[in-house]
Amino acid sequence: MDTVSDAIVVEGVHKRYGDKRALDGLDLTVRGGTVHGVLGPNGAGKTTAVRVLTTLLRHDEGRAEVAGFDVRSEAAEVRRRIGLLGQHAALDEELGGRQNLEMFGRLHHLGARRAGLRAGELLERFGLTDTGRKAVARYSGGMRRRLDLAASLITDPEVLFLDEPTTGLDPRGRAEVWSSVRSLASGGTTILLTTQYLEEADQLADRISVVDGGRVIAQGTADELKAMVGGDRVDVVVRDAGRLGEAAALLGEGVTVDVDRRLLGAPAPDRMRTLTRTVRALEEAGIEAEDIAVRRPTLDEVFLALTGQAGGPRTSPETKVAA
Amino acid sequence: MSTATAGRVGWALTDSWTMTRRELARWARQPVQVAVGLVFPVMLLLMFNYLVGGGSGVDGDNTEFLVPGMLALTMAFGLEGTMLAVTQDLNKGVIDRFRSMPMVPGAVLAGRNAADMLQSVAALAVMTGVGYALGWRWHNGTAAALAALGLLLLLRFAMLWAGIQLAMVAGRPEMVQAVQILVWPVGFLSNVFASPESMPGWLGAVVEWNPMSATATAVRGLFGNPGGSTCTWAAEHAELLAVLWPVALTAVFLPLAVRRFAHLSR
Repeated sequence: MDTVSDAIVVEGVHKRYGDKRALDGLDLTVRGGTVHGVLGPNGAGKTTAVRVLTTLLRHDEGRAEVAGFDVRSEAAEVRRRIGLLGQHAALDEELGGRQNLEMFGRLHHLGARRAGLRAGELLERFGLTDTGRKAVARYSGGMRRRLDLAASLITDPEVLFLDEPTTGLDPRGRAEVWSSVRSLASGGTTILLTTQYLEEADQLADRISVVDGGRVIAQGTADELKAMVGGDRVDVVVRDAGRLGEAAALLGEGVTVDVDRRLLGAPAPDRMRTLTRTVRALEEAGIEAEDIAVRRPTLDEVFLALTGQAGGPRTSPETKVAA
Repeated sequence: MSTATAGRVGWALTDSWTMTRRELARWARQPVQVAVGLVFPVMLLLMFNYLVGGGSGVDGDNTEFLVPGMLALTMAFGLEGTMLAVTQDLNKGVIDRFRSMPMVPGAVLAGRNAADMLQSVAALAVMTGVGYALGWRWHNGTAAALAALGLLLLLRFAMLWAGIQLAMVAGRPEMVQAVQILVWPVGFLSNVFASPESMPGWLGAVVEWNPMSATATAVRGLFGNPGGSTCTWAAEHAELLAVLWPVALTAVFLPLAVRRFAHLSR
């Protein structure tokens, strides 16, 4: 039986800038051919992790391997096998789209002819054929992102790094990037994706690592992470805002109240029975419910719970000890 | 082993050429900027020839003295453009793509240098053409004249590497302005416009040993144009110094710049 090898292995990686610990013992394993989401707030160390793995930054301690090669001692081998889509467009803004792709193709040592063919293919695939001559500086945000993605796919990389690929894009641009990621993933490319958007990780990633303070604080599938924070919840929208308090009392322990949306939330440890009990209790009290549903916790709730448990945003080791 | 080394040198050249082409493609999109770069030294030449002319303290035709000096000075001009381009590159996202690709790391800098050398060849062609029109001539034959142009380009090559390294140290485009001020004393504390004999002793000595002066003196000799009549060691061995100075500057700044680029990841 074939064992799927690990495309990314990170063990105890540290990176310090003076007193600041950007990475504080990061551990990460990404199986080949999967999409792995790295989820965390600003300053959690997501970009630092991507820069270490793409050989742009040398870490201080720990082991980091991509496609079976050490990012420090075998950087050249790693570079042959990766693609990078950073937060900021990594393109020559003064050149045209085709000129950019041909240049990157040559620098990947494809040779002039193959670099030209590849540029043409990619422009067509990303719907940029008509704009091949226009300077990138005059591209729209979405077009620039597509060209940037095209540039990171010149050599069909084994491992693709996407650092907050949809930050700053409009919904249409985001949808385009998502569909590209899905089609790449179905083609077998290993993808490491960082994001602040929980929805994005939920939608795209097979597995998710939640990162805070330079280390992984939780890991698993989206469902596993949701289960980790506790069970399902029941949501009730009460028609008469004046009876919110009364209704909340009926729901028992751990109720959350959102007055503006007339929304009550409560734990639903035994799903359907909690639901029936809630419906009956409301009916007996004569409180009309507009909507009632049992649902899994959202990743937002997971995320808040996890980062809250870990002590919230930290700036220095001292506050960590204090917390 | 040797084939591996040959392969690496081959890729270094290929990648550098790709980066040179990148620069040429950018210039093709901004022809006006390129033209301004070529016209500026011509303006200075005309200005010094007609407005300031005759103040050099040298016997003989002033244009014959001035043109080779201006050719040397042209080799220092536009250095801030190189430095600015380097810092801008370093601060743009595209540098991350270059650095995460299997290209030879020094190629980004080598391509910059090569492109600016091509610009310098064009600048020399324009300047010698305008000089010729003003009545300047070379008197020692084509070989000596070509050797003179070679010395000028050698000086340019060294100055570009120095500029690239200084830009890497400066890091940000705003810092370049501070550093570029250095270009002026190097350019003007030389014998480009006046013979060191006409200066106070200490200043004359500084001017004598300026790399730019060595090149200007050597080039004047090779073209058969009048130079200062100073009989110091530096003046008598100008051709040797015009080779040694640039080679020494390159030997210092080229490895520093490439090393610094390779260590951007720290």
